[in-house]
Amino acid sequence: MSGILDIVYAEYNYWIYVTLMMIGFYAMIAKKNLIKKVIGANIFQTAIFLFYISLSDVTGGTAPILMGGHGGEHAADVIYTNPVPHVLILTAIVVAVSTTAVALALIIRIYNEYGSLDEDVIRAARRELQPEFSEHARQKSVAEVSEQ
Amino acid sequence: MIWILDITLLFFLVVCAIAAISIKDLLSSIIILSAYSLIMAIVWVEMHSVDVGFTEAAVGAGITTVLFIATLARTEGRSED
Repeated sequence: MSGILDIVYAEYNYWIYVTLMMIGFYAMIAKKNLIKKVIGANIFQTAIFLFYISLSDVTGGTAPILMGGHGGEHAADVIYTNPVPHVLILTAIVVAVSTTAVALALIIRIYNEYGSLDEDVIRAARRELQPEFSEHARQKSVAEVSEQ
Repeated sequence: MIWILDITLLFFLVVCAIAAISIKDLLSSIIILSAYSLIMAIVWVEMHSVDVGFTEAAVGAGITTVLFIATLARTEGRSED
């Protein structure tokens, strides 16, 4: 029992990362507003960044900047944190902001077309504009295909 | 890593995430998301990844918020959920 509790205490960063990821996932699926969905996607992305940065942290380590560089006294016994996940996440942050920008541009376009950001309103307006996408027509076409 | 500071920041992170997705006013939601990014940047600097920390502070808390508010100015500010 104490072994499990030790893991829960020692790895608390990972528990928070899973919690944040699930909060973002819930927002992406359950929220009707499109901007709320993008906010959920942002939370999801930063949760994964938190996982990588937690992974790279070393107990007693310091920032990965060379101690005694630039002609100073070189210190050999310094522990550094792992800089490779940092570099990965540095690129991932830029990718995250690009995907957010594309998603928001699409949201503006959708708003100009349908006059709403609510998923249900957009779906209803779309069904009205294009009857071939309605549920009834889809079932009819499925029935036609199965007859053939 | 100072564990009490770490736990406090992570607790505020979860609170900000829940508040950002549950508040109906979208502008408030976006500002809380910006605060969330800033706390995340502090967590990263505290975990000795300074480069990621200041990139997140500039890009995550800065540019993302500007993009969201620019979108909000062209659409509507209320959400049903």
